[in-house]
Amino acid sequence: MDFNLSREHQLIRKMMAEFTENEVKPIAAETDLNSEYPRENIEKLFNLGVMGMCVPKEYGGTGADPLASAICIEELSKQCASTGDIVATHNGLCCDPILTHGTEEQKKKYLPMLTTGHKVGAFALTEPNAGSDASKGQTEAKLEGDHYVMNGSKIFITNGYVADVFVVFAMTDKSKGTKGISAFIVESSFPGFSVGKHEVKMGLHGSPTAEIVFTDCIVPKENMLGKEGRGFPIAMQTLDGGRIGIAAQALGIAEGALNEAKEYTKGRVQFGKPISKFQNTQFTFADMEMGCEAGRLLTYQAAVLKGQGVRYTKEAAMAKLWCSEHAMKTTTKALQMFGGYGYTKDYPMERMMRDAKITEIYEGTSEVQRIVISANMGL
Amino acid sequence: MKIIVCVKQVPDTSGKVAVNPDGTLNRASMQTITNPDDMNAVEAALKLKDETGCKVIVVTMGPPPAASMLRELMAMGADEGVLVSAREFGGSDTYATSQILAAAIDTIGVEKDDVVMCGRQAIDGDTAQVGPQIAEKLGLPQVTYAADIHKDGENITVKRMLEDGYMTIKVQTPCLLTCIKELNNPRYMSIGGIYETYNKPLDTFDFDKLKDHKLIDPSTIGLKGSPTNIFKSFTPPQKGVGVMLEGSGKETCEELAAILIKKHII
Repeated sequence: MDFNLSREHQLIRKMMAEFTENEVKPIAAETDLNSEYPRENIEKLFNLGVMGMCVPKEYGGTGADPLASAICIEELSKQCASTGDIVATHNGLCCDPILTHGTEEQKKKYLPMLTTGHKVGAFALTEPNAGSDASKGQTEAKLEGDHYVMNGSKIFITNGYVADVFVVFAMTDKSKGTKGISAFIVESSFPGFSVGKHEVKMGLHGSPTAEIVFTDCIVPKENMLGKEGRGFPIAMQTLDGGRIGIAAQALGIAEGALNEAKEYTKGRVQFGKPISKFQNTQFTFADMEMGCEAGRLLTYQAAVLKGQGVRYTKEAAMAKLWCSEHAMKTTTKALQMFGGYGYTKDYPMERMMRDAKITEIYEGTSEVQRIVISANMGL
Repeated sequence: MKIIVCVKQVPDTSGKVAVNPDGTLNRASMQTITNPDDMNAVEAALKLKDETGCKVIVVTMGPPPAASMLRELMAMGADEGVLVSAREFGGSDTYATSQILAAAIDTIGVEKDDVVMCGRQAIDGDTAQVGPQIAEKLGLPQVTYAADIHKDGENITVKRMLEDGYMTIKVQTPCLLTCIKELNNPRYMSIGGIYETYNKPLDTFDFDKLKDHKLIDPSTIGLKGSPTNIFKSFTPPQKGVGVMLEGSGKETCEELAAILIKKHII
């Protein structure tokens, strides 16, 4: 067992750390304050091959493994969880299912768009009455000749108002329950596609979240992803992989908060010495550090298993659950170390704490992760 | 056409500086970076590669770990790397270094439409001598302080940035240019580049490979052969906190004058 990163992974971490320091950190506060999609940085991430990096070379990507993608998301999220989220969604929830379940024609058409074509991807599963119980979606797709007619709406869609390509789940046969759900590749330019409400959120202000509405939306028959009625397993399998991305994002948030707090407490003098010299601060740091290390091991383990092509459902759920809860704990404790300053927008702590919260909710809540983990324990 | 870029691994000045008993830098104990001006030279070469499709070879003299820097530069887009590394070369001053690098570049081969690029100077020694000395030893025309580079066939037009203005020079290839930070913003490694870098050729030139080259005089290389020797290296003590006088009135001026008189400055 070797716990060292490969030479390539080490270089990817170095390159992303430099990019994050020079390009992401300077605009992170502004991105949050103005709820602004970091368009220029996403363009740069396309140019560097980060967007859609796991797509093989023949379809425009670099053929990177899931661990490399996780490292990128982790580094970006140390300074801006929104940017990490946009990348995680694009790579894990749009490119990945098309690569895994797409026909050769679909891969040839859509994967180059999502890599060299600089088109952003999204994933649309959640509906107002189908959150954790994703099987209760109402969006319907009816076959009419050479195309499907899609009706319904999806909510909380990451990249919703910037994406061009969506992986959408809709009922093709309501009588069959989850076996009546099918997956589709839908372009935002298809007739009948529209973007509804832009969500105003507690955090992740730079990540564009919106409602997506289908009104007699025309989806070509050849855009069905996977076989008819196989949408639900495709969604679940995609979320397994997506959870590695969110684990990496949450890990990055925790590490970012830890780094900020280390710097701050070394310089903040109270009662005649830097507050980093007080045992209470040091013990808190020890817990934060240990949690990050554990999260890193869980996340990288899940990513490596995914790369090896073996089952990783439980491992991904454990990584996501651990990292998201640790991100929430760490940002809360780190903000506390800043005292009143941490509560102001002069420091990034309050943003990091707001951003951390969503990682306990999306891509399956903490409760759902516990269902997934225990369901894979042979109980 | 090819571009040979000379690069140097230097201590990261944001960390602590460690010095050996002989006065040279203890490079092994310090974090390293690629010399910033050299990054501008690499970027200039890669831009020309983007325009013309030419080959870019990065060359460095240093201890074996310097190979990792070459891999990073190849992950940015350079095609090949050459590591010039031998105990006999260690501790070389600028005269000795330029001899060895010139011999290495000559071994790679400089043809009619080739360009050699260097950073203006390294942040450790700050001499700005190695680039020009290489040009002299190879008999190449040199243009220093390049702030803008345009290639048009055999001619390269270079805008030099001088203290009091700019000078535009047209030079024929082969030539040597030294680059400054105003020239460009170096690119990042790319994901694709990182996956390719370890498959790119990286050659090592050791003492045996270069010792018989006509530009090498074994008695004037390395620490012992270098004409200049370091007398002492040290980290200067930090300056104390200054005194700020506020206000623009006569009183403040008098206060300032009194301090200057007391220190015998006026």
